[in-house]
Amino acid sequence: MSGIQARFRLDWSGFVLDVDLDLPARGVTALFGHSGSGKTTLLRCIAGLERPAIGRLTVDGAVWQDDEPKGQRGSGHWLPTHQRPLGYVFQEASLFPHLTVMGNLQYGLKRSPGAARVSLDQAIEMLGIGHLLDRKPAHLSGGERQRVSMARALAVSPRLLLMDEPLAALDLKRKQEILPYLERLHRELDIPVLYVSHSPDEVARLADHIVVMAEGRAVAVGPLTDTLARLDLPIQLGEDAGVVLQGSVAERDERWHLTRVAFDGGSVWVRDGGQRQAQAVRVRILARDVSIALQPVSASSIQNCLSAVVDEIADDLHPALSLVRLKVGNSPITARLTRRSAAALALAPGQPVWAQIKAVALIG
Amino acid sequence: MFLNDSDLQAIWLTVRLAGIVTLILLLIGTPVAWWLARSKAWWKGPVGAVVALPLVLPPSVLGFYLLLAMGPNGLVGQFTQALGLGMLPFTFWGLVLASVFYSLPFMVQPLQTAFEAIGERPLEVAATLRASPLDAFFTVAVPLALPGFLTASILTFAHTVGEFGVVLMIGGNIAGVTRVASVQIYDHVEAMEYLQAHRLSAVMLIFSFLVLLALYAWRPQARKAL
Repeated sequence: MSGIQARFRLDWSGFVLDVDLDLPARGVTALFGHSGSGKTTLLRCIAGLERPAIGRLTVDGAVWQDDEPKGQRGSGHWLPTHQRPLGYVFQEASLFPHLTVMGNLQYGLKRSPGAARVSLDQAIEMLGIGHLLDRKPAHLSGGERQRVSMARALAVSPRLLLMDEPLAALDLKRKQEILPYLERLHRELDIPVLYVSHSPDEVARLADHIVVMAEGRAVAVGPLTDTLARLDLPIQLGEDAGVVLQGSVAERDERWHLTRVAFDGGSVWVRDGGQRQAQAVRVRILARDVSIALQPVSASSIQNCLSAVVDEIADDLHPALSLVRLKVGNSPITARLTRRSAAALALAPGQPVWAQIKAVALIG
Repeated sequence: MFLNDSDLQAIWLTVRLAGIVTLILLLIGTPVAWWLARSKAWWKGPVGAVVALPLVLPPSVLGFYLLLAMGPNGLVGQFTQALGLGMLPFTFWGLVLASVFYSLPFMVQPLQTAFEAIGERPLEVAATLRASPLDAFFTVAVPLALPGFLTASILTFAHTVGEFGVVLMIGGNIAGVTRVASVQIYDHVEAMEYLQAHRLSAVMLIFSFLVLLALYAWRPQARKAL
C-alpha cells in the first residue's frame, strides 16, 4: 500500500488531536490551519517526536507506529525517529552551532548509508549555499540558515520530507528569497512533502494537496483546487478565500506587459512576470475579487470576463454575504457577493452567467 | 627551599586526590546531571536534593556518616572486606570515596544547567538526522555543553583541594597517605610553625584565586553555566 496512512489520537490537557488521514505519497501536501489547530503536533507525531497513545502510521507500506487502544489488535510497534527515513525542517533553522555549514550537512549524510536519492552536491546546488560551506551558523543570515537546514534535511535522502512552517520565522524579504528554492524542490525532486503552514499564500504557491486542520481535527482533505473551491471551507480562510488554478502561459502581450494564462476551461490575462511561453504556472483568484453579471459587460476596465455556470450557492459567515461557486469549463471559481445581489440576479445552480475578475495573481 | 618536603608531599597528594575525584565525578556526575536535566519523573526532586546536600551539610556530619558506612559494620565496610580490600577509613581511597560524595554537587549542578540550556531542539534535530540518542549525546549535547564541563571540572577540582573537615573525619592525618595541604596547614599552626603555615597558605590562596580568575575572566560564557 503506497501513500501515508496516519491515525492518531492524542489527549493533552486542553488539547486533543484526533485524525485519520490517507495522504498521497507524492507532491506537496499542505497541513493548513490557524495556530493551535494541531498541524505541528500532527507533523511531530509523523516524525516520531511525539508518541500519541493511540496511533497507527504507515508510510509506503512500512509500519512506523502501531499502538492501538486496549483490547484491539496493535503490535505496539514503534520506530524511533532516528530510524525513520525522513527529513525534517524546523521552523527555526536549528543548525548545530558547533559545526560549520558543511559539518551540518554531513551530520545526517554520514549516518544515512545506502542509495543516495539526493546527492549532497545536488542539495548544495539546489539551495544555492555553495559559497557558505566553511562558515559557522552564527555568521549566516536567517534566510541562509533556513536554506542550509533544508539542504541538511535533503542530504539524508529522505523518503518523506516534513517541513514545519520553514518560512514563518522570516521576514517578507527572506520569504521571497526562499520560496523559489522551495518551488524548485517541488519541481525537481520526487520526494513527498508534508508542509505545515498558516499562510494561504505559501499554500497557494506550493501545495498540490491540502489538509485543513481546526481544533485538532482534519476538517477538509483533498486536491488543492477542489478543496479550496469547497464552499463550506472559505470560512476557515476568511478574506483569503479563493481558488488556485493550474495553467500555462499561452500568450504574451509585449506592448501592454500582459500574459495570458490558459487553464482547463478558459484563460485570464495577468501582469507579465517574465515567464516563458508554455511554462506551467498557477493563478490565484480570490472570491472577493470576482463579481457576477448576467450580461457580458463591454465598457468596463475589467479585463477578465469569463463565461461561467453557477454550480452552487452557500451562505458565508457574515449574514450579508453569499459564496457562489462557478464553473468555467472544468475549473471552479468562487465569488463572494452580498445576498441581496444574489437575490436580485436570481442566481440558481445551472444558470449561465459572466464572471468578472478584478484581480488575478500569478504565482509560481 | 620555599616549601619543605612534607609540604610538597602534601601538595602532591592534594593534586592527586583532586584529579582522581574530578575524573571519577566526570564519569558519575555526567549521567546524573543528564538525567536531572531531562527527566520528568517525580523523584527527580528528591534526587536533586540529595545531590545538593553536601552544599549545606557540615563536612563533619557527612564525614561521620561516611565513617560509619566505611567502618567494619557499615555497608561499604562489609563490601570492601568481602572483596579483600580491607577497610577504607584512614586510606587514600577512603578519602577519594568521601570526596566524591562531598564534591558531587559541584560537578552535577553546572552540568545540569548546561544540559538544560541546550534544550530539546538540537537533540530532536539530531534524531531526524539519524543519530541514536547515545550518538546525539556525544556529538551534539557534549560539544554544546563544553563550557559547562569546563566549569564543573574546575569547580570540582578546586572544591576538593579546599576540603578539610571530611578529610579529618575519614582520612585523619597520615603523612603521604591522607595529609593533604589543608590538613598540613592546620598541623603547622598547631605546631606554631607560622612561617610554614604562611607559605603553604599563600600557595593555596594564589591557586584558588587563579582558578576563579580562569572561571570568571577567561571564559565569560562559562560563568553563565554556574
